[in-house]
Amino acid sequence: MEKRVTFKGMWLPLLLVLPQMLITAVFFFYPAGQAVWQSLFIPDPFGLSMQWVGLGNFEFLLSDPYYRASFATTAVFSILVTVVSMGVALYLAVLADRLIKGSGTYRTLLIWPYAVAPAVAGVLWLFMFNTRVGVVTWYLGQLGYDWNHVLNEGEAMGLVVVASSWGRVSYNFLFFLAGLQAIPKSVIEAAAIDGARFWMRFRTIVFPLLSPTTFFLLVVNIVYAFFETFGVIHTITSGGPQQATTILVYKVYADGFVGQDLGSSAAQSVILLLIVSVLTVIQFKFIERRVHY
Amino acid sequence: MKLQTSMMAFAAIAATAGMAAAQTEIQFWHAFTGANGDRLVGQAEAFNASQSDYKVTPSHKGNYSETLNAGIAAFRAGEQPHMLMVFEVGTATMMAAKGAIEPVHKVMAEAGIDWDPDIYIGSVKGYYTTTNGEMLSMPYNSSTPVLWVNRNKFEEVGLDPDMDLSTWQKVDVALTQLKDAGADCPLVTAWQSWIHLENFSAYHDVPFATKENGFGGTDTELAFNSEAQVAHISKMGEWAKDGKFIYTGRRNEGGANFRAGECALFTESSAGYGGISTEAEFDFDIRPLPYWEGVGNAPQNTIIGGASLWVMAGHDPEEYKGVAEYLKFLSSPEVQAKWHQDSGYLPITAEASELTRSQGFYDSNPGTDVAVIQMTAKEPTANSKGLRLGSFDQIRGIIDEELEGVWAGDKTAQEALDSAVERGNALLRRFEQSAR
Repeated sequence: MEKRVTFKGMWLPLLLVLPQMLITAVFFFYPAGQAVWQSLFIPDPFGLSMQWVGLGNFEFLLSDPYYRASFATTAVFSILVTVVSMGVALYLAVLADRLIKGSGTYRTLLIWPYAVAPAVAGVLWLFMFNTRVGVVTWYLGQLGYDWNHVLNEGEAMGLVVVASSWGRVSYNFLFFLAGLQAIPKSVIEAAAIDGARFWMRFRTIVFPLLSPTTFFLLVVNIVYAFFETFGVIHTITSGGPQQATTILVYKVYADGFVGQDLGSSAAQSVILLLIVSVLTVIQFKFIERRVHY
Repeated sequence: MKLQTSMMAFAAIAATAGMAAAQTEIQFWHAFTGANGDRLVGQAEAFNASQSDYKVTPSHKGNYSETLNAGIAAFRAGEQPHMLMVFEVGTATMMAAKGAIEPVHKVMAEAGIDWDPDIYIGSVKGYYTTTNGEMLSMPYNSSTPVLWVNRNKFEEVGLDPDMDLSTWQKVDVALTQLKDAGADCPLVTAWQSWIHLENFSAYHDVPFATKENGFGGTDTELAFNSEAQVAHISKMGEWAKDGKFIYTGRRNEGGANFRAGECALFTESSAGYGGISTEAEFDFDIRPLPYWEGVGNAPQNTIIGGASLWVMAGHDPEEYKGVAEYLKFLSSPEVQAKWHQDSGYLPITAEASELTRSQGFYDSNPGTDVAVIQMTAKEPTANSKGLRLGSFDQIRGIIDEELEGVWAGDKTAQEALDSAVERGNALLRRFEQSAR
């Protein structure tokens, strides 16, 4: 069944992977190596001198209770963003999949938010929820709810999660819809004839058959929540109130570019790199086993 | 390799172009946009038109943090400008970078320019001067916090808008009356750390940090968790709880509320004048920043915020001569007086202030001299010269976080300030190590 293409020598295949290897080396291994090297020093911002501190930067970070707390914040934030953006996307995809007329229009409209840059999305949501002039804040006020994400930690977290998930729903929706349409209609019809209702069919047939897509999105969304939500956090809360929305990647920025503390910033990048590697390995090792291809 | 050749070619073209014009170009990287950006460019154009040896080229590099980062990155790449605008909290970072900067006093002396550092107002100059009296950077835009009063709001609730608001004790009474009369927003602030801790400490003549607020060395420790500051923050926490003080954010978000006429009192920089005078559709007053009667030596003087111009190392003496000429031009009374009157920033020389007064500007724009008087009424002490702390932008972030804990009612003022001091000290120790 399986098709296998084999090359005769080893030069041609090497040549073919070379561009990819080069790009990885220049844009990934080199900067990552630099980060590891820099994390062992306390440099002055102008690069005039460097103090060798060994693992001092890591010691400094890990002994800081606020840095340790930001792991928990990052975990809560990433899980919420992943669950919200995937959950909503799956729901919309299932609905759109059942459409007979006008599905093209729905699809196009649902994909739009993906084209909005995270920082811009942040500003949009910030305007709606601005504590003084926001439209949503005003309506909530009419209902007797006093919205103040500037001081309320839960509200601040909720707002950055929604703003980060919003654009992501479109992306996930696309993949879920494609996944749903790839499921053979015959399987579903057979189940329907056997008397399985919609929910039963979804739980026992559709969802398991969708698992490769779900797994892929899980990995991609967690990486997104870890690294690419910076713009949203920066524009909406700057990590506050107190440290309620200071996720790891935001702290890398704050220490490196606001504090000019490149040693600590590099050490944090290394820690972040390790976490994401471990997460990805875990996902491939344990969750992928339960995926049906 | 190819990049290098093309860059060399570019440099060669640039050099010949420069020779053709027979002018020495002076690069000036700044952080100003809008009206003040235009005024800054206007100054450079006036200078360029006034002589033919030098040409100052201003380039906008983003906000204060971005401009500083651009300057640092450029220095690392050997492409630094001649002059870099750095905000006051970046002062310690620049000072510690000994090989990256040329002190202004040295640039002036080597250029052989007749220049007297004593023409600058003490509390402005002090911020950028070493303890041995050597001026390191040229003050450019300086402001200080004042109290803005919405007179209409006072009248609405039946209070006399001319009431005495010189002390926090009196403001406290006013806030209670405003609140009881149904005002939604009695007091709002911008830049909480700058106004309610840094300036508060200087104004009451209590230390913000040890070693003369960091002027005496990088082994300084934060000291703003003493009785005076704790009492003030604690009172503000009570006001926040009672709805008398409305917290709107870490920067100057509160300005929108005040300009819209929602708030009665606003503690904000004197440089807020431009925005408030154009947008406010109500009568407003500028009053001196209030102080607590009987605390410390209040009122001492307040300190400045804003930016100064640093001369970067690694250029030709001929170019530094141009820089020196430009800095002298910027300090002249006419240029300074115009800058002060147009932008709302403080005049950096006493002469410029005198000129402004003699032109009748303060009479036709009442309140615009409040900040000048507040800064210059007394000779600055060790506690009111300014602050020189490393990683200070980040320390302000920590202070913001801790103060939010107080406004939300999660922490007492003492707990929050103790914690801010402890966390800030850890950063100061790292800075001390990097500057060694």
